[in-house]
Amino acid sequence: MSEPIRFHFDVDGDNFSSAGEASVQVKRMLRQIGIPAEVIRRVSVAMYEGEINMVIHADGGNADVVVEPGKIIIILADRGPGIADIELAMTEGYSTAPENVRSLGFGAGMGLPNMKRYTDDMKIESVVGEGTTVTMTVLF
Amino acid sequence: MTVNDLIEKLDLEVLNLAEGDREITGGYVGDLLSWVMGKAESGDMWVTIMTNVNVVAVASLVDVACVVIADKAEITPDVIEKARAQGINLLRSAKSAYRLCNEQILL
Repeated sequence: MSEPIRFHFDVDGDNFSSAGEASVQVKRMLRQIGIPAEVIRRVSVAMYEGEINMVIHADGGNADVVVEPGKIIIILADRGPGIADIELAMTEGYSTAPENVRSLGFGAGMGLPNMKRYTDDMKIESVVGEGTTVTMTVLF
Repeated sequence: MTVNDLIEKLDLEVLNLAEGDREITGGYVGDLLSWVMGKAESGDMWVTIMTNVNVVAVASLVDVACVVIADKAEITPDVIEKARAQGINLLRSAKSAYRLCNEQILL
C-alpha cells in the first residue's frame, strides 16, 4: 500500500437513525484491506462519536478518512455553531445536547473524551458561528 | 461460553442470531452509548434497556458478542431488521440487567 486510500462521506444532519452509517462502512472497508481489528475499533468508534456530534450540534457535515501506511487520519468538518470553550467541551460529563438526544442514549458528555482516548492525536479547530473541524490520527 | 450456550441457559428470546458460535469473553451493562463505546470490549455480552437503532451501530463498532435487551424492553421491527443486516446477535429477556448478569456469572 503506497498510495493513500481515501473515503469521503456526507453526514446527514437530521437523521439519527442513519448516523453511524459512515462509521460502519469505514469499519467494513478497513477490514477488507486487512487493518488489525483493534485499530478498526478505535477508528470506527472515534468516527462514530464525531458523526453523532455533527448530527446533534451542527446539522451534519463531511467526514474524510485517509489510510496511509501505519496511520489512519479522520477529518470531520461541519458548519455548525462552533465550540466556544474547547477545554470545557472536552470535560467528561459536560454536555449541551438537548433532552430528545439524551433519551436515545447520547449526550452523556463522553463523545469528545472518547474520541481523544481512542486516537493517538486529536486536533480541534473551531470558530464560533462558522464551524468546527476535528482531525484525528490513529497510528498502528 | 458461546452465544448459543447463553441463549439456552438463560432462556433468552432470540430476535436475531447471526453467529451463535461466537465466544462470550466478558460483559458490560449500560444504556448511555458513549459509556458503552468507551468501556465495553470486543466479545462482551452487552446488557441494556436501550432499543433504538443506534444500539445496533454501537454493537457493531464495539464488536460485542451479543446484545441482551433486559426487562423485555419494547423494540421495533426496523431495529431487528438492522441487526439482521449488520450481523448482530440480538437477544431479549424479561429478567432485569442485574439478574441476567448474576445468572451469566454463575454459568
